Amino acid sequence: MPRMTMIEAIRDAHVVAMEADPDVIVMGEDVGYFGGVFRCTAGLQKQFGVARCFDTPISELGIVGTGVGMAAYGLKPVIEIQFADYMYPGYDQLVSEAARLRYRSAGEFTCPMVVRMPTGGGIFGAQTHSQSPEALFTHVAGLKTVVPSTPADAKGLLLAAIADPDPVIFLEPKRLYNGPYDGHHDRPSVPWSKHPDGEVEAGHYTIPLGKARIVREGTDATLVTYGTMVHVALAAVEEAGIDVEVIDLRTLLPLDLETITASVCKTGRCVVLHEATLTSGYGAELAALIQQDCFYSLEAPILRVAGWDTPYPHAQEWDYFPGPARVRRALETVMKD
Amino acid sequence: MTEERAPSLHVPAPSIRPGDDPDFSHVSIPRAGEVDRPDPATPPEEMRDLAFSIIRVLNRKGEAVGPWASGLDSETLLQGLRDMMKLRIYDARMMTAQRQGKTSFYMQHLGEEAISCAFQRALRKGDMNFPTYRQAGLLIASGYPLVKMMNQVYSNDGDPVRGRQLPVFYSSKEHGFFSISGNLATQYPQAVGWAMAAAIKGDKRLAAAWIGDGSTAESDFHGALVFASTYKPPVILNIVNNQWAISTFQGIARGGAGTFAARGHGFGLPALRVDGNDYLAVHAAATWATERARADLGPTIIEFVTYRAGGHSTSDDPSAYRPKEEGTAWPLGDPILRLKTHLIALGVWSEERHTQAEAEIKAEVVAAQKEAEAIGTLHSGRRPTPRDMFEDVFAEMPPHLIRQRHEVGY
Ligand SMILES: Cc1ncc(C[n+]2csc(CCOP(=O)(O)OP(=O)(O)O)c2C)c(N)n1
Ligand SMILES: [Mg+2]
Repeated sequence: MPRMTMIEAIRDAHVVAMEADPDVIVMGEDVGYFGGVFRCTAGLQKQFGVARCFDTPISELGIVGTGVGMAAYGLKPVIEIQFADYMYPGYDQLVSEAARLRYRSAGEFTCPMVVRMPTGGGIFGAQTHSQSPEALFTHVAGLKTVVPSTPADAKGLLLAAIADPDPVIFLEPKRLYNGPYDGHHDRPSVPWSKHPDGEVEAGHYTIPLGKARIVREGTDATLVTYGTMVHVALAAVEEAGIDVEVIDLRTLLPLDLETITASVCKTGRCVVLHEATLTSGYGAELAALIQQDCFYSLEAPILRVAGWDTPYPHAQEWDYFPGPARVRRALETVMKD
Repeated sequence: MTEERAPSLHVPAPSIRPGDDPDFSHVSIPRAGEVDRPDPATPPEEMRDLAFSIIRVLNRKGEAVGPWASGLDSETLLQGLRDMMKLRIYDARMMTAQRQGKTSFYMQHLGEEAISCAFQRALRKGDMNFPTYRQAGLLIASGYPLVKMMNQVYSNDGDPVRGRQLPVFYSSKEHGFFSISGNLATQYPQAVGWAMAAAIKGDKRLAAAWIGDGSTAESDFHGALVFASTYKPPVILNIVNNQWAISTFQGIARGGAGTFAARGHGFGLPALRVDGNDYLAVHAAATWATERARADLGPTIIEFVTYRAGGHSTSDDPSAYRPKEEGTAWPLGDPILRLKTHLIALGVWSEERHTQAEAEIKAEVVAAQKEAEAIGTLHSGRRPTPRDMFEDVFAEMPPHLIRQRHEVGY
């Protein structure tokens, strides 16, 4: 099987979707001639023409708002917000419009649109290139939210998102674009070409939204996470020497609660892990659901490991980023009780 | 009857791409001295033509000509030349430092030095700039210490913003430099609000808003203009049109509008278009706008026409979307070279003195860099601690942050 970076896999998903369906169009800042600041749309304009892949003015409100109009018309816009940190000017269009169009028109108008955005930290991008705003989307009724952790998943999930009849927020962990990242910033990075998860099937395939993946089977505890943190979790588990089941959610909403509760009811211990700030984060939702469904199996309180409740700093990136040491400490704590 | 046709999507594109010969023949450049200088009290509707031409003072021979030639004394001009040279040398050192891994990122001003350096000289203490990431000349011309700028770029222990911000996102209230956001255009309405506050309080202070050509597409820009037009506070609304927004040319943001300056007309605001590579023209236009603001005549829009000669940032390679030689073909020339030529024509400067000044300024910058690096760089030396990471989220640290801070051992 060919190996691809996550960037190439995302680009490939676009090509597959655009070849299959003339209604799929791509727009965003710098995505046209240049092919995107992360190169995820490189070559699309050349292959499909300017009317199907084009540069937009720098207006996230305009990008999302016109996307809603196009989707309602019958197109399938796949739009790029250059960094998740820059989605806020378009947030009103997402929350008040894209998310509710089907509901308020009783299905007469719909919004089958995908909004892609690079998310997360680990690149010394400070407060405006590092945020993880997933909870701002999962909190909105009417939006689906997806976060892949490997090139193969990125392609299959993006193709499923494009096929979905409703608006999907597609968060791409930018630290994973070129290779997995286990949180050890002082070790050399591994490219996807040297990693088994870099293998990506050619052609069309989908990974259904709402299906989690058990990345590592284990019996002692369950670690529930997504995105970049999947790789951090795996490193932490190896280092802790505990037999932990690691679950990659892949889709935050709809959530594959069954896979999670089956695992936690089996292990009796659970740590929830994400990069985003702790308070009112997605981890709170997970902890609430798990304790409700697994209360009688739990041997220890569910712990959350997350970003601190501060804006994302620059110099202190590695003090902020929840790396393997913090995950390991949490695992050891849940094992003690 | 016009013939019916199926609609087609119009996507503006530059006529020249990598591999083509650079061509700016479509940019019409009036001769220096050609544009009128109306009295600042003239009603906006009587000077709409100013949004469609380009105010220029320095001609090819380096003479200052026309009604906008303000007669700045040669001492001030020499200082202006030094400011621009300092900014360019500083940029070059920091670009190299970034390549050496001493910091994560950098953004330079190459070709745009005149705009922020000259503009600052038209302001007074107490005025406030709301800059973007490409106006460090405002700090340099206001005498802000280079070492502090470098400390910020290195995110070291001397960084006034405690390692929290991306390099070049400076902040100095004392020097009239509002904290830089990074989210484009957000500070345009804030500048208007600052000026409204000055008007509410009756303070003789003004605000200067800054935005790039590409960022004028954001709604923040339009919202700012609405408020400026309604309340007429003492604000100068600057647009730096350097032709590019990362990889997209200015036509993507401008669309069918004649010029960016002309956007002001719909709001009844006076709008100037100025040669941004002409130190004297920038200073003259800024002074004209400050006169309006200080006479309670309200806001002015200024579009500075210039060219981003370097990459967007250290993460960008512009040869992927524009010809490499485009910068040298840019018809408005280089701002440092043009002021230098003028000063030599005035007889107050020479090639030898220029070379000498270059060496002096370089020595000054290198000394500042040594001082900054003695404190530390992004990955070595004395750096802000995790304690700093938790400060200033709120005036008083709430219990949950104290708990989290303890967890990291501080
Ligand atoms: C709200 C927002 N959207 C997108 C970006 C990403 N971005 C950073 S700079 C830039 C281009 C800005 O171009 P322009 O306004 O012309 O300023 P210039 O860089 O040319 O000075 C973009 C798209 C951002 N910082 N903020
Ligand atoms: Mg620009």
